[in-house]
Amino acid sequence: MKIAVLVKRVPDTTSVFKIADDNASVVTDNLKYVMSPYDEYAMEAAIQLREAGQAEEVIVVSLGDESCKETMRTALAMGADSGLLVKCDGAGPTSRGVAEALAAALKNVGASLILAGKQAVDDDASQVAERIAELLDCPHASVVSRMELVGDTLTVDREIEGGKYTLELPLPAVVSIEKGINTPRYPTLPNIMKAKRKAIEEQDINALGLDAAVLASHITVEAMALPRQERLTNVLEGDNETRVATLVKALREEEKVL
Amino acid sequence: MYESYLDETHTAIRESVRTFVKREVEPYLDEWEDAELFPREIYTKAAEAGFLALGYPEQYGGVECDYFHRLVQAEEFCKAGSLGLVAGLFSLNIALPPILAVGSEEQKQRFIPPVLAGEKIAALGITEPNTGSDVANIQTTAVRVGNHYVVNGAKTFITSGCRADYVTTAVRTGGPGHEGVSLLVIESSTPGFTVANKIRKMGWNASDTAELSFVDCRVPVENLLGGEGQGFQAIMHNFMDERLSMAVMGYACAELAYELTLDYARQREAFGRPLTGFQVSRHKLVDMATQVQVAKSFCYAVAARIQAGDMPITEVSMAKNFACDVADKVCYEAVQLHGGYGYAREYTVERLYRDTRILSLGGGTTEIMKEIIAKYLGI
Ligand SMILES: Cc1cc2nc3c(=O)[nH]c(=O)nc-3n(C[C@H](O)[C@H](O)[C@H](O)COP(=O)(O)OP(=O)(O)OC[C@H]3O[C@@H](n4cnc5c(N)ncnc54)[C@H](O)[C@@H]3O)c2cc1C
Repeated sequence: MKIAVLVKRVPDTTSVFKIADDNASVVTDNLKYVMSPYDEYAMEAAIQLREAGQAEEVIVVSLGDESCKETMRTALAMGADSGLLVKCDGAGPTSRGVAEALAAALKNVGASLILAGKQAVDDDASQVAERIAELLDCPHASVVSRMELVGDTLTVDREIEGGKYTLELPLPAVVSIEKGINTPRYPTLPNIMKAKRKAIEEQDINALGLDAAVLASHITVEAMALPRQERLTNVLEGDNETRVATLVKALREEEKVL
Repeated sequence: MYESYLDETHTAIRESVRTFVKREVEPYLDEWEDAELFPREIYTKAAEAGFLALGYPEQYGGVECDYFHRLVQAEEFCKAGSLGLVAGLFSLNIALPPILAVGSEEQKQRFIPPVLAGEKIAALGITEPNTGSDVANIQTTAVRVGNHYVVNGAKTFITSGCRADYVTTAVRTGGPGHEGVSLLVIESSTPGFTVANKIRKMGWNASDTAELSFVDCRVPVENLLGGEGQGFQAIMHNFMDERLSMAVMGYACAELAYELTLDYARQREAFGRPLTGFQVSRHKLVDMATQVQVAKSFCYAVAARIQAGDMPITEVSMAKNFACDVADKVCYEAVQLHGGYGYAREYTVERLYRDTRILSLGGGTTEIMKEIIAKYLGI
């Protein structure tokens, strides 16, 4: 069995972000780029399946320009066997176009399981995996925090507010992964060296036979602003009993320290 | 500017360290600093992630690499903002090289792999209560009786000494002067070995620093590294690497202090404008950035010479003095620009200010470096 893992190159969220003079984009000079953190969990999940003998091959798939290869090398150093870069220069398509292009490219990959992060931490759109599942006509589960493969059936836990669903999916399937499902490994130097020799195949986005209208952006950014940084003071109201109850609730549900 | 020394494998190592720090260090660092110790399991975690093995031969569990892989790894660990962590976690890098350089095959097989695997902790014991800079004058004695050396004396300021399993120890097996100095690997389980005191310090708080006592401590002769009297040479050889890595700590911390201060100065307002709106602050930041880059690029140039097989003793000593001085100056200004917040534990620059002070003392003081440079320059 072959597993494809979708990986996106995103700015490190700990970078200092600045809005450009056009007021509608982010200044990208000096930003550090990393693999979107949820994708790391997806990568690790794929490698663990291969190490358990449940898959033979893990292929990392990304869409973007040449610089994506750096992120793909990280995936290869984590243990992916090869890479496929759907190459497009410039800003690239929005979620719909990305999904269309990746789905088209994935048709030739022949993966029985497609894994992705539950969302990319740059636009947080959380659309690509879902759209790909639709386009490939596969079952799909998102926000998955546990995954077990027995034969051709994948059993997953899907996180929902205050609980979880347990779902069974026949393969081929698309699954998007929540953090905490595993602990992604660190690329070690020997594996980084090995990754240098692994192949990354390139496929031009314009050669996938997709309609220009599909790839076109359907979103216009009118304006962008940094979130206002305020001290989040919360004065509790009511009698002591109510205030204690509200405080405990906030500590448990919002601050998650209890 | 540094590209000519680095390729994508160096960037990848940096990424690995950054992820490790974010996951395993950052959330707990303040706790460790307050507790004056990081947990022992960090050694195993760092080993599993492949960090401890870098630069050691494969047959002892190491991962061979170039000098810059180790350098960028060290830089990135410094960016965690605690030199105590770096000094403690990597005390193996001062303790193992003498074993590698003059130890027998059997000693290498015995001592190196468990340390690289994070199972055992290694420390280097040179400094004594009465002898620091004057290494040739150490007074801890090792007298041969049958198949053992009987060791008596004391060591102090030993990084990782409180929980080290192996201490690469300088002892006197012969007469006075450097010819009488030998190196013994002393296992902490040996009767007569005690941790006399855990030293409380200005900085490097995440690491333990020990005063060790040896009373009729019987060490098997198999633990002697090289021959009797070969200790001094091995110690001096070891210093080159230690000194350059302290220089790396110096500019890396200075760089971090500069970056944190720049962010702060852009956001903090006084008299209706950000601190960067004052020319005096801008110039201060420019001086900080300049000093960092000059120190860093000199260290890279020196590292490249070591990589090429040279022994640039003069330049290493210059690099240590320069970069560690830069660290002091830049961290001083970082605190200054942070105002009162720079004096508060919550702000990393406060720790950097304390953590960098030792760099001009440990591994040979600034004055000793100058003596070395003067000698080599024939002054
Ligand atoms: C946090 C920490 C960690 C350490 N870790 C280790 C470790 O792991 N292993 C280890 O063996 N040691 C370690 N040390 C010890 C360190 O290497 C010594 O402190 C250092 O070498 C200086 O020795 P000293 O403290 O005895 O100072 P001294 O040698 O007594 O020097 C005192 C002052 O006199 C000056 N001086 C001395 N001789 C001369 C001279 N000839 N000319 C001009 N000036 C001179 C020095 O520069 C210094 O300013 C550590 C120290 C600290 C604080």
